[in-house]
Order: sequence, then structure tokens, then C-alpha cells
Amino acid sequence: MLPQDSVLRLDAQAIDYIIIATYFVFVLGIGYLAKRAVSNSLDFFLSGRSLPAWVTGLAFISANLGAIEIMGMSANGAQYGMPTVHYFWIGAVPAMLFLGVVMMPFYYGSKVRSVPEFMLRRFGKPAHLVNAISFAVAQVLIAGVNLFLLATIVNVLLGWPIWVSVIVAAVIVLSYITLGGLSAAIYNEVLQFFVIVAALLPLTLVGLHKVGGWQGLVDKISAGTGGPEQLSAWPGNELSGFNSSFLSVVGLVFGLGFVLSFGYWTTNFVEVQRAMASKNMSAARRTPIIGSFPKMFIPFIVIIPGMIAAVAVPELQQYKANGGSGGEVTYNDALLLLMRDLLPNGMLGLAITGLLASFMAGMAANLSSFNTVMTYDLLERYVIKDRSDEFYLKTGRWVTVGGTIVAIGTAAIASGYSNLMDYLQQLFSFFNAPLFATFILGMFWKRMTAAAGWIGLVSGTATAVLVFVLSETGVIDLPGQGASFVGAGAAFVVDILVSVLVSSMTRAKQESELVGLVYSLTPKEQRTEAAGEGDHGWYRKPVLLAGISLGLVVVLNIVFG
Amino acid sequence: MAEKKSGAFDIRVVIAALIGIYGLILTVLGLVGKQAEIDKAAGININLYGGIGMLVFAALFVLWARLRPIAVPVEE
Repeated sequence: MLPQDSVLRLDAQAIDYIIIATYFVFVLGIGYLAKRAVSNSLDFFLSGRSLPAWVTGLAFISANLGAIEIMGMSANGAQYGMPTVHYFWIGAVPAMLFLGVVMMPFYYGSKVRSVPEFMLRRFGKPAHLVNAISFAVAQVLIAGVNLFLLATIVNVLLGWPIWVSVIVAAVIVLSYITLGGLSAAIYNEVLQFFVIVAALLPLTLVGLHKVGGWQGLVDKISAGTGGPEQLSAWPGNELSGFNSSFLSVVGLVFGLGFVLSFGYWTTNFVEVQRAMASKNMSAARRTPIIGSFPKMFIPFIVIIPGMIAAVAVPELQQYKANGGSGGEVTYNDALLLLMRDLLPNGMLGLAITGLLASFMAGMAANLSSFNTVMTYDLLERYVIKDRSDEFYLKTGRWVTVGGTIVAIGTAAIASGYSNLMDYLQQLFSFFNAPLFATFILGMFWKRMTAAAGWIGLVSGTATAVLVFVLSETGVIDLPGQGASFVGAGAAFVVDILVSVLVSSMTRAKQESELVGLVYSLTPKEQRTEAAGEGDHGWYRKPVLLAGISLGLVVVLNIVFG
Repeated sequence: MAEKKSGAFDIRVVIAALIGIYGLILTVLGLVGKQAEIDKAAGININLYGGIGMLVFAALFVLWARLRPIAVPVEE
């Protein structure tokens, strides 16, 4: 992307700026309102465990609906077409349902305050330290990447200098999180969700009308560079990078659908934290399940516009016909080009607001989980022990400030080495696979020992890094997403093998210490919820809801398969 | 805003307020907009329809908040 006089420069008028400014007034207002509810550290870091399930459910998916998701998935839509839906239907929904049905009882029921804290109780200090430190570092770096992406977009669209937007965005996010803590972040994520839908739904409808409706889009893609295979989700060879359709389906189901997505959705504290903030066990379990419903329909307002852009915007059409090279635009610009060409002032301002909202919320989610892990898991546990709760509340606010400053630094590095940041992001996407292996084994196998916990995690992560380096240096040659599927898969398998091996040579923990942490040692009453106020009615039963969600995804796969 | 006690405020009302303001602005823009704006959006007056849609959404959210207000625990 070129700065300054870019072909992407949008013709924003005063009214568009008014719409953008209105949003930020609301964002800061929510921070102020949420502040009144913060009186101790649990309020600040986990919203006092008091939020209703629909709020945490929407926040659950909003936290993930950041820059990378929206720009990246519309770019994939423009490049690969329908197979991109796998990132949602195979790569998210099943894992979210699994989190709600199977894993949440252990997270919420054991009353831990973070995912690393679960590690601590199940496997002891070494595993806890490995997990907490790698998580904290990853979050600050990713927050910086989000910040940098936001600044580049503002620079291209509106012409503001990069450093101005970096600082303005950082100050806004910092203000509402230090004021209201996780509640402010979560409420803003819910608001952001609606603003994004209000921004992208009209764009999609206008775009569809422009290309002659759904049938028009089908005809144009079939006749164009993409060809008819870009209109059905399966087998998705282009996306996975495998030539054989069979391998492609296997790669998508096990690589993306199992190791990558289960790793991300079930162990990433950014996500799990939202569910931990709910008011009771039933609401915590429903959080990811409720989130799965909007999640399965997001492709229609993110991927479809990308597909439309690839046939309706002349520059992008040309770029795609050239095999993805030449010209001034790339697939990443799909959404922006469509906005530029189709939206009148007013709706344009709202669309820009939607993008800014998503970028900032992504960063806010990183920071609000970073400060919890940094304060509870690292500072309170290892550095400054046994102080008053008020002390840790104050510390949490200062940690947020520190994290923001580091994120600004990361954004500065990112502006110099954009490739480095791409690598880092890819690398982090592998990290969750071994974590998931350790968690799932630890939750269901009481013999797994403390030593196995950290040794398995470290060797799994090392395997992921090794595969990553091998594929970057060309030793393993897999185009598309193949390398991450293989990397995550190998990390998962190595983690399991090493953990089993080490467990057989070391002593297991006392069974009494594992109650509430391991499936077979946890009494059923502790794993299930006593329905409280507002939990009645068949539509509030977690398992039934999950079944409906799964059924819907199957139907979607058949219709668009 | 909801009455203090639990310190809770109703996020539904805040969402309705923001989307309502946007709906109002866009509806007005759609009513006074030039033909060129409509042509740009493939012949749809998207500001008008989008604006009306958002007003309806905002109204429904206010209704929801009215019908099912936040239950404040009596004793804490």
C-alpha cells in the first residue's frame, strides 16, 4: 500500500468525520460508565464475574473480529472465494462449541482467574511460567501489530501521518481500559459488533445489487479468473495448497478444523477471559455457544464482499487475472476498494467507523488479557506477593499503561519490518496447538505429571518453530495454508507423545489435588450448573444450544458446499 | 441510565442510542441526497434504507430493554 496520494484515498466529508467522532464519544463514555462498577481487582480483570451470556457471547467473537480477521478474510474471499468459509464453519464453530460444552466447566468451575492459572493448578510452576510469559509477550506484540495496521489504514484512507494515528488510537484504548477494565473492553466489543454489522451489511447488499444479485455474482465468478470451483466450499484445494482433493479435505478437517482452531479457541485467554466474566456457570458455558451463531453468518458480510470486489472493481479484477501481481492494489484492499466505489458519504463514514472499531477492539482485547496475566500470574505470583487487593487493582491500571507503551514501540518496529510482523503472527498461530494438546491431555488423563506438562509444552512449541523455519527456508514446500496445518499438527502430536513418555517416568500428582481440574476426578455436580435466576427455558440449555448450532453449520456446509 | 445499586448500566440502551443517532443522520442524508450519490451505490438510496433500518433496530433494542430490564439483585 502506498501512503499519501493512494488510489485508495476515500473522499471523506465533514459528515463522515462527524459519524466517526460520534463513535469515539460513545467508546469513551462506556469507559466512564464502566468505571463506576469497578471497586476491586476482580471487577477490573474479570468484570466481577457478573455479565449476561449474550453480552459475553458477542464480545467473545468481537474480540477476534479485529483487523486481521476483517481485512484478511475479505482478501481471502477475493483470492480463493467460497472455500474461505472454512475459517468460520470448520475453523471456529466446532471449537467454540467444544469449549462451551466440554472445557468451560473446568475453567469456570475451578474459579481460576486466567488460563495460565489453570496451568499452575494442574501442572505447577514451570508450566505456568512458560505459558504466562509466552502469552504476555505474544499479546503485547500482537497489540502492536493491530495498532500498526490501524494506523496504516487511517493513513491510506484519510491521509493522516502514521504516528498521529498510532498515538491517538493508543490513547483512546488506554483511556477506556484503565478506567473500566474488562467491562469497558467487553461492552465496547458488543457495541463494535453492531457497528461492524451496520457498516458491512449495507456494503454487501449494495455490492450484490451492483453485480446483479447472487446469480450475477455466481455467473461473473464462474466466467472470470476464479472459475466455478471458487463458488463451492469443498474441497478447497487452492486454499489448503494440496493438489489432491482427498488430502485437502483431510488437511482442512484435521489441520484447520482440529489442531489450529481447537488450539486457538479453547486455550487463548483473550477468548476464554470473556466467558470467565459471565455471571454463572451456565452463562459461561453459553458464551462461546451463543457466539457461534453470529460467527457462522459473519462470512456473508466479510467474504462475500471480497468475492464481489474481485469481480466488480476493475483494478482488482485485473490484479486477479494477472495471477495476483502488478498494479497498485492487492487482495488486502478488497473491502476498501468496494467502499470507495459504492458508498455515498454518510454510509462511507459509517464503514470507516466500522473498520476503526474493529482494529481498536482487537488491540483492546489483547491489552485487557495482557494486564490480567501480567498482574495476577506474573507480578502477584512471583514478584510482589501478598499485597492488598487495592494494590493489584492499581498495578493492573499501570500495567495497562506499560503494555500500551510497549505496543506503540512494537508498532514502530512493525513500520520498519513489515515482513517480520507477518512471520511473528504466523508463528503465534502455531503456539496454541501444543497448548491445546497439553490441556486436553491434562484434563482427561489424571496420570499426566507436572514435569510432562512443561516438557510437553516446550517440545511441542519447539516442533512448531522447527516446521515454521523449515517451510520458510524452503526445505518443506507447501504453498497456501499447508505449512501451518502441518506445523500445528506436528506440534500437537509431538506434545502428546512427549507428555505420555515423560508421565510414564515421573510421579503423578495426588488425586486429591486434581479435583475440579481432571474429568474423572471431578464430581458431576461440580461440572454442571445449578440453574439459577435467568437460566431456565430450553433455549438456555448449553448442550441443546450447541446441538442446534452444529446442525446449522452442517446445513450451511451442504448448501454452500 | 439504570438506577445505580449494582452499578450496572444497560448496554442495550447505549447501543440503541448510537445506532439510533446513525440512523437519523443517514435517513436525513438519504432524503436530501443528490442523484449522483444514488447512482454511485448502483441505484440504491443506501443512506435512506440503511438509516431506516438502523432506526428500526434501535427501536427494537429500546423495546427489549424496556420489556426485560436488568434485574438488580435485591441483597448483596
